[in-house]
Amino acid sequence: MFYRETGQFKSKYKEELAAFPLFEDKIGVGILLLLAYVAIPIFGIPGLSYEFTLSAIMIPVVIFTITTLGLNILLGFAGQISLGTGAFMGVGAYSCYKFMTIFPDLNILICVILSGLVTAFVGMLFGLPSLRIKGFYLMVATLAAQFFLEWAFIRIPWLYNYNNSGGIEGPNKEMFGIIISGPQSDATTRYLVCLTFLVLLTWLASNVIRGRIGRSWMMIRDMDIAAELIGVRPLTAKLSAFAFSSFYVGISGALMVFFWLGAAEVESFDINHSFTYLFMVIIGGLGSITGCYMGAILVWVIPVLIKEIGKTSFGYDAFVMENLSIILLGFMIVVILIVEPHGLARLWQIAKQKLRMWPFPY
Amino acid sequence: METLIEILYLIFVSPFAEMVAYPDLFFQGIWDGFVSGTLYGLIALGFVLIFKASGVFNFSQPILVVLAALSLVSFYKMGIPAWISVILVLVMFYVLAFLIERLILRKLVNQDGNILFMSTIGLTFLIIGSAQWIFGGRPSAMITDELGLPNGSLEWPMFGGGVYFEMIDISAAVIASIMIVILALFFSKTKIGRGLRAVADDHQAALSVGISLNQIWVIVWFVAGVVALVTGIFWGARSDVSFALQIIGFKALPVLIIGGFTSVPGAIIGGLIIGLGEKVFEIYWGPLLGSGVEGWFAYIIALIFLLFRPQGLFGDKIIERV
Repeated sequence: MFYRETGQFKSKYKEELAAFPLFEDKIGVGILLLLAYVAIPIFGIPGLSYEFTLSAIMIPVVIFTITTLGLNILLGFAGQISLGTGAFMGVGAYSCYKFMTIFPDLNILICVILSGLVTAFVGMLFGLPSLRIKGFYLMVATLAAQFFLEWAFIRIPWLYNYNNSGGIEGPNKEMFGIIISGPQSDATTRYLVCLTFLVLLTWLASNVIRGRIGRSWMMIRDMDIAAELIGVRPLTAKLSAFAFSSFYVGISGALMVFFWLGAAEVESFDINHSFTYLFMVIIGGLGSITGCYMGAILVWVIPVLIKEIGKTSFGYDAFVMENLSIILLGFMIVVILIVEPHGLARLWQIAKQKLRMWPFPY
Repeated sequence: METLIEILYLIFVSPFAEMVAYPDLFFQGIWDGFVSGTLYGLIALGFVLIFKASGVFNFSQPILVVLAALSLVSFYKMGIPAWISVILVLVMFYVLAFLIERLILRKLVNQDGNILFMSTIGLTFLIIGSAQWIFGGRPSAMITDELGLPNGSLEWPMFGGGVYFEMIDISAAVIASIMIVILALFFSKTKIGRGLRAVADDHQAALSVGISLNQIWVIVWFVAGVVALVTGIFWGARSDVSFALQIIGFKALPVLIIGGFTSVPGAIIGGLIIGLGEKVFEIYWGPLLGSGVEGWFAYIIALIFLLFRPQGLFGDKIIERV
């Protein structure tokens, strides 16, 4: 009804290639940005307490969207499956911690970006088997990364500066006179920092994917032998996909520890977390950037809300709620795969198509 | 320079010297590795069965093992005799196989392998949540005595020391080999076995000669459940019955790489390679790296194998057409 391209004529190629060719899309994205940047930090979400909204819902959702973006680039766009996402987040977090302690005066945002680069390198290293194997064999090979890195986080004391707890912890960090990270920082500030990272990284991803590298990834995904025959180099395409994806995952890992949890141990990076990120990608939709947002929101928010509502309104014990949310997660995955294997993003696309046609069915 | 020589000595000389100096410890390590290798092989066998017959990479196999062990113990605790509990668990697995086929797999026919794989991860979460809810999360001991499994151990004196063989380990090895022989015969000689191989080869061709896909899938999931039960009993006897057993399932994945996704003997031989390699490495080279090496060492063996044979030792050769 309101969502139509009728009457919007394009007179330049540049307009055709714009990220949001439709006027309505621009308004929609503008409203979302306004909501995320202004409305939520000021008012919170109605019905939920402000503190809970920010630290239990918004910050993790933003951070996990970055993770999901990273994994989706690898899985949805380049077709290389990875189960080591949790551990790669750990690489980001631990390297950020090392940067922060070795160079105490360095700005934390630079540390975060540097740790993303370190993770990109590590990811490329563990992506090497992808040159020779694919599919489920590759998946098992990426589990090697998961278990090896988990082991390294415990057994190499240099990574956590030989402290007794074996975990990593973020000190207070300032920028422009405001504490943006650490125990004394304000949740709103941390949320805004993470959100800015998310917006910039989404912008970067959408442009890289539309560009030459992104298209070579998709060719590799669709059929690697054919892609090779028409001149895509599998070595560069696959390794760059691993590097780019790990960069995102590493940044999200660093953000998770220093802008959300405050402190972390190896349990925050274990294999179950890797699965959760995989679910976010699947439920959101493989090969879709919008899907990353939807998947991260759905997979994270529903269990949190169930636990919260169960605790406050019905007084169920934590054990039951925990299991209920696990069951629900499994159920959600199975149902979404049966109903729409391409995830929520495809449902959203169908809805948009229906809106364009409305009130006619075809 | 001297430290380098020392390190090289620690890596290349002293482990072998130790092996020769204390052969009893070496043989003990080999035996332990052999037993855990058999059990890894059994878990891998569950994966292989389902992959062979339906092309589904069944991620829920480790949790099926946990479910089998846990429900067996819980049934027994309710006062049901041990052997009737076993039968009850088998009935439960048949119902489960039927439900999985009816509610999940049937709706996903003709989907991409990735989608099927992910649906089994969803299934894993469903089972974890419901099993924890129903049976509770506390670890408990496996009912080995009640099932009539032998306990105690044999000692075999040798080279001044002795090698201990736990009776339960011996019975695990024996039962595993019997089961593999039965499965091999089942796959090659019976009508259902031929049907399974036909389905694995080509879904549509199998359908066109009158093989019921749905029935085959129920059978194969049930057989995988039986394998899970046997594995669960013996792993449960070695450690406790708890959800930690699921982690052991992840160790079975490198076995698949070594043996190949489609080979029954490959699963067992891969399991033995991993079990032996891991144990020996852990005893002699593990102290160099700190403990906990066994968590990832299996994967390193698997990756080395992958460099030379991407399809595993016995896997079907990967042929691709454009």
